[in-house]
Amino acid sequence: MTGVFYILAFYAAGELLARLTGGWVSGGVIGMILLFAALCSGVLKPDKVRDISRMLLGNMAMFFIPLGVGIVAAYDLLSQNLWSIITAATASTLLVIAVVGYMQQKLGKKL
Amino acid sequence: MIHDFVSSRIFLLALTVGCYVAGVAVYRRTRIALLHPVLLSVVALISLLHAAGVEYGSYAEATELFSLLLNMSVVALGYLLWEQVEMLRAHALSILVTVVVGSLVGIGSVVGIVYIMGADEIIAASLAPKSVTAPIAVAVVEPFGGIKAITSVVVIAVGIFGSIIAPRMLDRLGIADPVARGLAMGSAAHGIGTARAIEIGAVEGAASGLAMGLMGLVTALLVPLLSDLLF
Repeated sequence: MTGVFYILAFYAAGELLARLTGGWVSGGVIGMILLFAALCSGVLKPDKVRDISRMLLGNMAMFFIPLGVGIVAAYDLLSQNLWSIITAATASTLLVIAVVGYMQQKLGKKL
Repeated sequence: MIHDFVSSRIFLLALTVGCYVAGVAVYRRTRIALLHPVLLSVVALISLLHAAGVEYGSYAEATELFSLLLNMSVVALGYLLWEQVEMLRAHALSILVTVVVGSLVGIGSVVGIVYIMGADEIIAASLAPKSVTAPIAVAVVEPFGGIKAITSVVVIAVGIFGSIIAPRMLDRLGIADPVARGLAMGSAAHGIGTARAIEIGAVEGAASGLAMGLMGLVTALLVPLLSDLLF
């Protein structure tokens, strides 16, 4: 339960900061940055959160099933914009693969 | 009586986990990328809920616990990020620059094409973080009026598509460097791309995991910063 406590504590701290800064970045994302910073600076020992993190990340896919089922509620919006969504998502994905792969191959040798 | 039972929290939670476990078993046996466990579970659950006459509202309420677990997973990504940074410290600077550019290209191109195709801000906001891992993506779209359900379905579809197409595309473009290949897969196809990258090799897997975490982080900061421009 120590791990669960740390994850919840970082989440709560992130949520607090999100509220104080007007909510433009979600509490979970700020919690992630705080946890990353705590591990990098050595404030938190990695073995405190290793097991719980692996458990959560290993099953992360399951946690967004209810959101996916929510597509029934967004069906009209989705079907009206189906081609825009498919075209934009496909083209943009190809672009990201090409740009990231190409840039890293070039920059990796220089930087 | 039966309807009350099938609408109950415990039954719907058990059904959801059951569908996922069955989906994972099917995926492991077939190894067909299109039969992703989440996609299978979503299709199965939609049909089952429809057949049983359970409203989406009661399903969403029953599975609220999952949104807490999703947010806890976002926090846990901080651990993943730390683990991968330790492994790839030597390439840190080039990776950071590349991922920031990749995130800008991903956000800019998807939003731009959505507008060119004639769709509105709601669709643009729902798709802006389409390259990043689902828990971060749904957290990003919420304040800008994006529809979380569209985001999560598109993110999963993009992950499946990216994980299939990326290795072939990288071959064709002559990108052989394993760090570059892993980075491209994690940046474009998040966790699903990373699962594929791990199968290809250890360096590819680590680079992809790092790209997934960094891309999520950078995109979560860039979308709000650029929101006036985008939506």
